[in-house]
Parts: sequence; structure tokens; C-alpha cells
Amino acid sequence: MEVTSRNGGGNVLARLKGESPLVDNWVVKAHFIAGISCLFLSVLAGLVFSTQFMRTYLFPGIEPLSPGKLRFIHTNIAAYGFLANLFFGMLYWAIPRLTGLRVWKRGVSLFLFWAWQAILLASVVGFVLGYAQGVEWGETPIFIDPVVVVGVILMTINFYVPIIKTKEKPLYVSLWYFTAAFVWTGLVYVMGNYLPQFFAPGVSGAAIGGLFIHDLVGLFVTPLGWGMMYYFVPLILKKPIYSHALSLVGFWGLAFFYPLQGVHHFLWSPIPMFVQYGAVTSTIAVEIVVTTVVVNFFMTLRGSGSILKTNIPMRWFYTGMVLYFITCLQCAFQVTLTLQQVIHFTDWVVAHAHLVMLGVFGFWLLGVVTHLWPKVTKREWWSLRLNVWHYWLSVVGLVIMFTDLTIAGLVQGFSWKSLQIWEESIIASMPFWMIRAFAGTLIGFGQILWVYNLYKTARFGKPLEESLPVIDREIEVAPASMTRPALAS
Amino acid sequence: MAKSPIERFSAIFLIAGLLFFAFSFIASGLVPWLMMNKVPIKSMDDLAKDIPPSFYELAKEYPKEFKQHYGEANKESFKVALEYGRDLYIAEACWHCHSQQVRPVSNESQRFGKVSYAAEYSNVLQMPQMMGTRRVGPDLIREAGKRTNDWHMAHFYKPVSVVPVSVMPEFTWFFDQTKRPNKKGLAMVTYMQWLGSWIKDTTDAMKQSIPAEHRK
Repeated sequence: MEVTSRNGGGNVLARLKGESPLVDNWVVKAHFIAGISCLFLSVLAGLVFSTQFMRTYLFPGIEPLSPGKLRFIHTNIAAYGFLANLFFGMLYWAIPRLTGLRVWKRGVSLFLFWAWQAILLASVVGFVLGYAQGVEWGETPIFIDPVVVVGVILMTINFYVPIIKTKEKPLYVSLWYFTAAFVWTGLVYVMGNYLPQFFAPGVSGAAIGGLFIHDLVGLFVTPLGWGMMYYFVPLILKKPIYSHALSLVGFWGLAFFYPLQGVHHFLWSPIPMFVQYGAVTSTIAVEIVVTTVVVNFFMTLRGSGSILKTNIPMRWFYTGMVLYFITCLQCAFQVTLTLQQVIHFTDWVVAHAHLVMLGVFGFWLLGVVTHLWPKVTKREWWSLRLNVWHYWLSVVGLVIMFTDLTIAGLVQGFSWKSLQIWEESIIASMPFWMIRAFAGTLIGFGQILWVYNLYKTARFGKPLEESLPVIDREIEVAPASMTRPALAS
Repeated sequence: MAKSPIERFSAIFLIAGLLFFAFSFIASGLVPWLMMNKVPIKSMDDLAKDIPPSFYELAKEYPKEFKQHYGEANKESFKVALEYGRDLYIAEACWHCHSQQVRPVSNESQRFGKVSYAAEYSNVLQMPQMMGTRRVGPDLIREAGKRTNDWHMAHFYKPVSVVPVSVMPEFTWFFDQTKRPNKKGLAMVTYMQWLGSWIKDTTDAMKQSIPAEHRK
């Protein structure tokens, strides 16, 4: 791979002669710290919630800490705290390097950082006091939603300015995904939080609510996640992505098919059947698209597979990709009306959600932070072994949880279908719920080790040996040559 | 190197970002919305035209508490209690462990009652809709009249006292110091006993939902 960029090198050099650096380290680090704190809070809330299922709830009789409220915290902080914060940190790192330009304004970045944390805090307070909105994944209290919308718009402008201004045209794959993700996120948020609440009642609200649930994963989390992979994987492997054509198919396929799937969350509901059939069809179609992307990445890895033995971030990335393939393959089957008869409303769905949000995008982000933490703190890892423990505890915990809840879902679904009395399904689920709590504990323990390592690294890690000046490190990651050889060949 | 217009910002922004999203919204959001546009959305006043008998019973069973929080049992107090009950249903995340949708599959109509139909969701208490996402406990859209007010009170206070294997939380804050229901407790039971109260003949409705060859 050529390490110089067509425009990046000179541009970056010229710009770096000024005072402010291309990447604002503080903002990246701040979002990482906030995101990891949220991961911690989310796992904790999930664990406490799971104790209710063993009838050993930790805070009985305390209204603000009721299990239902902790569930709001668990899911919302996972999505908007953990995933969103880490994504933002990653974007502040990647976009300036991909474009050779700073984000729009440092002041906006700082303001957005604090505003986002304020939104999260206000949401948690809102949940606890009973102001949750009745929209799944959109429980953020209704009076906070306008602030979120303004925040998303500002964030979009902040990142769009370098993307529009860059001379790097056509854009690199990562930037396709980032560009699209920002348009979608704002639209999805407004649609999902306002239409079912104020305009679309009941069944039509459910159709839109389904779109919202799915778009949040498919149009906010997924494009940012893949954009991130297209940036970090070739960079660490020091070779271009295998096929530019597959990248194109992957992006445009996702852009077309993913938004059409939402109604599959309400199959066998009174929503008109043709809409349900359409959602099922597009969901199965996206599996083909997903396959092209996964193939593209595994062909990129071909010949360099041994890096997974030594490079923990790469291990996170490719573990996530395997799990992503499993998720999407599972999705193509579970979305059929046949399987929905049994698995809808069961723990199968909960298993699927954990696999997607933590197993895929969570793991990728953990990988990115593991990759970038020494760079943003300018220190070497305090302990590489703890990172390995973090990896294994998280992966083993997640796989146990996924398998356990998937089986639990089948047990529950067939119990209901066979018209056993309801309580039988609870009794049968009990052992599964205990294993789920155990798996959650493993995941939580892994995160504790990691946070300890992150702290020790930031405080006591050996200073990173910088034989090259910062400028060269910036050029090293300039994007232009990442896909071009593949395109030319 | 080939020029590739679809890799430019403008193409991605306009086609992938705006156009595809708009298409998906029209196809799977707007079309079903417009199809059901002619079903009138019932307001609280419309809903209060049909008060289930359990609401009057509630006023008799807990006279002091009912009087204190809601006054007389009439349309006005019903509206207040019902809407507050729905708000609590959302605030306490009941809708994350209970569904409000009977599907035409998996023998659900035999377990819960009549299969859900579109018009019954067309009211202000289904904005946002409460069809649910998980069933740790049973579906609730046909709950009205299945159990007594007293049963619900005992169940909210200590679920295992009536359902020994239940994993439902104890909602002790729906009750005052003397374990009598407070404003929240009365509202929740009002809401529970309202869900499905618009289905007048449950036995007949249940029969109709069962295929003829299974009916004897």
C-alpha cells in the first residue's frame, strides 16, 4: 500500500503547521470515556434487571429503581450512551483523517459532547421519575426529544463540513456510510419519536414504530459500524479492501433494502399483509447484500489471518463480523411468517438484540477503543494480558447469553403454542434466566478488567515511543490509496 | 481511474440518504397509514361513552380511596383514571413484558380471546401504540373482566400471592401505608379492566376465532 495520499499529504502538512491539530484528541478521549462509562452503567442496569427474573430483585419496593425503569436505562444507555458516544469519538478521529480537514468547529464539538451527556443524564432522570415515552428504543422523554434533534443536526453539520470540502473525490467507502448515516439518523429520530406519539394511531403507528426500531439499528448503528470497519481494517492490515465493486454492492444494497424492513417487527399484526410480505422479502434480500460485505472483508483478511493471534482490535473486528453474519443469517430465517408464529414475543428476540447491539457493533467499538486508546493517551497498554481477558470474557459471556436465550425463546414459544397454562412457560424459563444472569456477570467482569486497564494505561502506561513526528503519523493513515488498487485492477 | 458519480457526496446524500428513505417511508409507513385513515381516532370522550362495570365496582369496593382520588364514578373520573392508568403502564415499562396483541397464530385466540383487529387500536390511548415487544407475562388486550378488581389489587401488591411462580415486580407504590390502593393503584386497575372491554360477547368472539372443524 502506498502510504502517501493524493491530496492528503500536502494538505495535512500545510494545515498542521498551524496550531490546532487535525484530530482533536480531547474530544475523542472524552467521548470514549463517556461511552465506556455508559457501557458500564448499561451492563449494571441489565444485570440488576435480570435479578427480577430470579425473584431476588436487589431494590424491592423502591419506586424510582423498579425493574421496568432499569430496563429503560439498560437499553437506552446502551444505544445512545455506549454505542453513540463511542461512535462519535471514532468519527472525530476518522473523519479528519479521511478528509484531511478538521471538523467544522471545535466549539461545536465541545458543546455537543457536553450536550449529549446532559441529554443522557436527563433521560435517565426522566425514566426514573416516570416520564418515559412509550416508543420502543425511543423512550427518551418527549420533552428531551427536540434537544436531541437539534444535537443531531449540529453533529451532522460538524461532520459534513470536512466531507463536503475535501478534495478527495470520489469519497472513500467509509465516508459513503458516514454521509448516509447522518441524513438517516435525523430523519429516523423525528419520524419515530413524533409520528406515533402525535399523528399515527395504533396500527399505522405500529408500522412507523417498526420502521423506527429497525432503522435505528439499520440506518444509524449499521452504517457507522461498517464505515468504521472500512477505515480501520485496511489500515491495520496495511492493504486495500479486496474488492471495490463488492463495497459498492454492499453500500447501495444496504441503502435500498435496509429501510424497507421495519414492519417485520409486527408480523401477524393487523398491519396490512402486503406491507408485512414486503418487509419479509426485503429482510431476506439484505442477507445477500450482507454476504457480499462479509466476503469482501474476509477476502481482505486472506493471507494475513495470523494477525488475529496477536492483534486484539482485529480479533474484535473479525469476531464481530462472524457474529454479524450469524445475526443476518438468523434474521433471514426468523423473519419468515412461519418462524414468527413461535418466536415472536419470546426471549429469542432478546437474544437476537444482544447479539446485534453488543456482539457486533459493541464488539467493533470495543476493538476501536482498544486500537486507539494508546494513541489518544500517548501511552502503551499497561497490560496486554488484561485485554485478552476482556476479549474472552466478553465473547464467551455473549455467546452463552445468545445461545441460552435463543433456546429459551423456543421453549417459551412452543409452551404457549401447546396451550400449557401460562405459568408453565415461566417455570421452564427459570433456569435459562439464571444462566442469562451468569453470562451477563461474565460480560460485566470482563468490562471491569478492561476499565481498570484503561485507567492504568492512561495513568501509568509507558509513554508511547514516537520516533516519527505526529505529522507523519497523520499521513500514514491518509485514505486515498486504500481502495484504489482494487479499483484499478 | 474511472470517474464514479455514485461515490460522490451529492449522490449519496440525495439518492441513498433522502430518496431511499422517503421510498421506504411511503411504502411501509405512509401507505398503511393512509389505508386506515378512514377509521376515526377515538378521543377520551368517545372512550368514556362505554364504561366497563368493573369501574363502578371499583368505586364501591374502595369507597374512601376512590372518593379521595377520583370523586364519583362517572365519565369524568373514568377519563382521568383511565388515562392515568395508561400513563403508568408506559412509565412502569409494563409494555416491555406484556403485549397487547392477539395474533391469529400459535393458538393465541384460544388462550386470550378474539384476534386483534385494526380498528380497536384507533384511539388516543394507543398513541403511541402498546402492541408490545415481549411476553414475560401474558397478553393483556383481552384482560377486561377476566379477573376481579381484588385479584388485580393483590397481584399488583404482591404477585406471588396469587400467582406463585410469577416474576412480576411488586408495585407496592400503588398502595398507601395501610395497603389500600392509592391513586395509582386505582388507575392501573381501571386500565387493566378496560383493555378489551369493548368486546361484548367474549365466548361468541372466541368461538368465531376458532376454525369450524375444531368447533364442537
